[in-house]
Amino acid sequence: MATTTDAGLGERDTTGSPRSRLLGIATLIAVAILGVLAFALTEPDVRIHPETGEEFGQFDAVRMLYVHVPLVIVTYLSYGICAVASIGVLVKRTPWWDVTAHTAAEIGTIFCGLVLVTGSIWGRPVWNTWWEWGDVRLMTTLVLFLMFTGYLALRRITEDPRRQARRAAVVALVAVLDIPLVNRSVEWWENRTLHQRSTLGELKIEDLTLFTLFFGFVTAGLVLAWLFLHRFRVGWLERAAIDHGVAAAIVERQSETSDAEVRRSVGEQPEGPEEGLVP
Amino acid sequence: MTHVGYLVAGWGIVVGVLTAYAVRLARRGRALSCLVPKPRRRWLEDRGVDGS
Repeated sequence: MATTTDAGLGERDTTGSPRSRLLGIATLIAVAILGVLAFALTEPDVRIHPETGEEFGQFDAVRMLYVHVPLVIVTYLSYGICAVASIGVLVKRTPWWDVTAHTAAEIGTIFCGLVLVTGSIWGRPVWNTWWEWGDVRLMTTLVLFLMFTGYLALRRITEDPRRQARRAAVVALVAVLDIPLVNRSVEWWENRTLHQRSTLGELKIEDLTLFTLFFGFVTAGLVLAWLFLHRFRVGWLERAAIDHGVAAAIVERQSETSDAEVRRSVGEQPEGPEEGLVP
Repeated sequence: MTHVGYLVAGWGIVVGVLTAYAVRLARRGRALSCLVPKPRRRWLEDRGVDGS
């Protein structure tokens, strides 16, 4: 394993640290255990109709929910962090809050996109449709995804970093207002959604299925933590690289100027571009 | 097992996308770390971001 030296450059130029590596190992182990739980240990959702005696249910498609539902939770969590950090941007106006907000928004949008894709793939065998435009929860989730896609686009087009941070923070705070609509849509618009009401709150699922689902939450949380840590450090490095580049350019420019002044003082012609500047 | 194709597609997309994103982050971090002196990378210090 590479080690850190006083020079700092060259031997360990990564965003990793000993603890983040431990986190990464724990995350990989959790993903492997989740896979075993989801595909080998839990049973498919098969029920018997009391009158006809026919089998019905989600069958093995239920295994998709062990990744879909945890992704929903970490999407909410990411956007929640983004909202808190956006308030921090508007109040404190420090780069730390801005990098945090940007990090949470980017990761949340990836999770949100995966929620839409996995939900669509799950819906095809269970609901017999890939997508339903009249479904309130699907549409509010799509709106959430599009608003944060706009947030990320906004972060690329504004030049002034301070103005960019403030505008993005306002957009994020407006966008997160959609989260309660997504979450409560199955109760507020019960007849306009294919989604069922929450089964977790009433604990209508049991034993290993419930455990696997909660283990999925833990695993998704670990994935979020690892991605967040490294994306934050990348964002921090991007700012530091710009600052360092500007500082280095200023120092270089000052040394060039000093050199030209010394040459002039001893009666020599300055070299390079400075010659053209001498009247 | 039923719906194998759907399960492979769904889980495969999730694992694939998140792995690709993680690799991209690691590469981007590696590239940027070369441009920034060590004192600006707080996680390499004893009082770093994660306290390592």
